[in-house]
Amino acid sequence: MPSFVMPDKCDGCKALDKTACQYICPNDLMVLDKDSMKAFNQDPSQCWECMCCVKICPVSAIDVRGYADFVPMGASVVPMRSTDSIMWTVKFRNGNIKRFKFPIRTTPEGEAVPSGGWDNDPDLEGPVLYTEPESNGLPELWMKG
Amino acid sequence: MKEFETIVVETDLLILGGGMAACGAAVEAAHWAKKNNVKVTLIDKAAMDRSGAVAMGLSAINQYVGLKDGENTIEDYVGYVRNDLMGVTREDLVANIARHVDSSVHLFEKWGLPIWLDDKGGYVHEGRWQLMINGESYKIIVAEAAKNALGTENIYERVFITHPLMDGDRCVGAVGFSVREEKFYVFKAKAVLASMGGAVGVFKPRSSGEGAGRAWYPPFNSGASAFFTIQAGAEMTCQEVRFIPVRFKDAYGPVGAWFLLFKATATNALGGNYMVERRPELENWQPYGAVKPVPANLRNYLMMLDVMEGKGPIYMQTAEAIQKIAKAETDPKLAKKKLKELEAEAWEDFLDMTISQAILWAATNIQPEESPSEIAAAEPYFIGSHSGASGAWVSGPEDLAPAEYFWGYEQMTTTKGLFAAGDASGASSHKFSSGSHAEGRIAGKAAVRFCVKEDHGGIKYDQGDIAALRELILKPLKIYEENQDKSTQADVNPAYILPKMFMLRMQKLMDEYAGGVTAQFTTSKPNLERALELLALLHEDSANLGAKDLHDLMRCWENVHRSYQAEAHVRAMLFREETRWPGYYFRTDTPKMDNENWHVFVNGSFDRKSNEWTFKKVDIKHIF
Ligand SMILES: Cc1cc2nc3c(=O)[nH]c(=O)nc-3n(C[C@H](O)[C@H](O)[C@H](O)COP(=O)(O)OP(=O)(O)OC[C@H]3O[C@@H](n4cnc5c(N)ncnc54)[C@H](O)[C@@H]3O)c2cc1C
Ligand code: SF4
Ligand code: SF4
Repeated sequence: MPSFVMPDKCDGCKALDKTACQYICPNDLMVLDKDSMKAFNQDPSQCWECMCCVKICPVSAIDVRGYADFVPMGASVVPMRSTDSIMWTVKFRNGNIKRFKFPIRTTPEGEAVPSGGWDNDPDLEGPVLYTEPESNGLPELWMKG
Repeated sequence: MKEFETIVVETDLLILGGGMAACGAAVEAAHWAKKNNVKVTLIDKAAMDRSGAVAMGLSAINQYVGLKDGENTIEDYVGYVRNDLMGVTREDLVANIARHVDSSVHLFEKWGLPIWLDDKGGYVHEGRWQLMINGESYKIIVAEAAKNALGTENIYERVFITHPLMDGDRCVGAVGFSVREEKFYVFKAKAVLASMGGAVGVFKPRSSGEGAGRAWYPPFNSGASAFFTIQAGAEMTCQEVRFIPVRFKDAYGPVGAWFLLFKATATNALGGNYMVERRPELENWQPYGAVKPVPANLRNYLMMLDVMEGKGPIYMQTAEAIQKIAKAETDPKLAKKKLKELEAEAWEDFLDMTISQAILWAATNIQPEESPSEIAAAEPYFIGSHSGASGAWVSGPEDLAPAEYFWGYEQMTTTKGLFAAGDASGASSHKFSSGSHAEGRIAGKAAVRFCVKEDHGGIKYDQGDIAALRELILKPLKIYEENQDKSTQADVNPAYILPKMFMLRMQKLMDEYAGGVTAQFTTSKPNLERALELLALLHEDSANLGAKDLHDLMRCWENVHRSYQAEAHVRAMLFREETRWPGYYFRTDTPKMDNENWHVFVNGSFDRKSNEWTFKKVDIKHIF
């Protein structure tokens, strides 16, 4: 379903110059209404329901309401994302609730080292890439015999 | 209209896009750039953390060869791809990606991506080539490494690329605009890598109301790579090879885990299994009909035959599959535990990459362990990295490419200085997220080598050309402003067409004449010719697109980009006088596969000066 913003929760990201939802939406859908200082989805029919905006909103002001043209009413799927895991609450139309928790990363945020620790330095000529062949787990790059 | 500032950025290697391929290119190029004093700049229309097809996350890595453990060989992978694409594939490109892909996967793991491990510490496979992951933050992690390598000062987010900058036949940069402030950007570069994904929204989606954005492929990949490479005069390949995924119906949730991991079967409404009942049909598509696994398009086709015969709806028998696995556990306590695990795995598959499907199941009270769920064929998409093949024709690597497929720099298109990777490069399907990253790395290194080795002294930038592009690109804002008083309604005005209506017009004609959903994926010469007539009128009307703001201006250019992907597709289907991928499109006037005449690539290129397309056959060379 397309995203929507709950007016009682959205604080316009405290009037910072970039709101979180606007910053993240891969389809440039979230905008801030400068009068009310609340965000809204400017074109629900182009929303992928990726929930990137939902996951990033600091005050959980965004939710998704299943696409009205094929999703019956009454269900919700709500993520709570922390630095290393995500918790999902799935509410069924019939009231059933299921919760799932999954890990999302194994390293501290921001600390991905590009070389992965394989600081190899092959030649600019030839097919061996930076970090190879160790990053392949092989003594040398596969070449056709 | 507000005054636009022109910003000129000079760099050496310009990476266009911030997705899997671009992130791979960034990590690789940054290393070589430092050593060789080369400047690398990356441009993304969105925020790299969540841009492109992996924005939401993924639940599997679809390409892992497993060379270090001797699980498979490069030849195995090439054979698999060749057969899935009915014999039409660049074996040199596929082999090159396959020999580097494992290292991309190992890097992902180091960067923090949780890959499922078994009791012995080995990767858990979904299928022969696929690994299971907890992939909610897949894109964030991969982008993080790219950003750390490149430095955020070399990255421009929220800049939408429209056109290539050319010096004669050589690509020497790109132009675009900011979707946040009134700025027109001119990027000057020695080498340019197009990696702006594939295209969705060229065909009418099944859902045309609020759910129109729920395409399988993300609505924000809109044909920029295709337009860019076409306009730069690059030879394009496999433009007829669209991809139609069969997924859970309407929300397009993934079926891979169900088919591969849980070994579920799909049946028609009468309980019949089309893969069994229609097996004799595969005889008509030999030798590919006989291979295992059956090529994706043939599986689609067998299902479509059932649907066309009125045997739908088609169901994935989820309950049966889950019960079967749980029952294999004789201890009732363990069986219950297993059932719970399977249930969580099934839901995670959706929550990691198609949350809509979880909402749809919850809204229809579906419990997969109790009832089956409907599956259906989606609308056609252009995604050269998956099971389609459309993209630019690029050079292979020196040590693997046959002479005809090699011109100096891996991944360079036939336009000097212009490289392509991921969905942007063609005839090298089944690279998926990991292979696209690996291909980006290959391109990143080759493009730096190009910067270092070639002579760039003579590059000229024609100020007149740049001024003309600026005027053309900003024109929709002017048209809107000058004509808005001609009607009391912003969306109905005789002087302009809004990008949304332009898109709907394209989608309707493609759907009806070029083999979309309502045409049951069939088309023919007269239909394709009619599509071309209507596309010509659409191209003319692109001069009258109107935009009220920067967001709309982006929508205008997205749809112009799509319209070129549309035309390339129609022309390639018209040129190929046979039916080769019946489950992707079926040409009713040439309903059979013709291996004698059409076991070839169809390549086409566009001349922007004369506005003309030329198509030709190119031989398929084997390396195995
Ligand atoms: C629904 C779905 C499920 C998938 N599941 C899997 C899976 O389970 N496992 C797997 O391995 N693979 C999977 N894939 C495939 C994988 O996502 C792709 O192969 C991969 O993302 C392709 O990489 P790319 O860099 O070419 O494109 P993308 O990753 O899509 O990146 C495109 C980039 O270009 C940018 N861009 C677009 N237009 C412009 C423009 N005009 N100007 C500037 N920037 C622009 C975008 O913002 C984005 O950053 C799936 C794909 C889809 C769509
Ligand atoms: S991120 Fe949340 S609080 Fe901030 S503007 Fe968006 S909806 Fe409002
Ligand atoms: S759900 Fe995704 S596409 Fe929709 S508004 Fe939020 S971030 Fe954008």
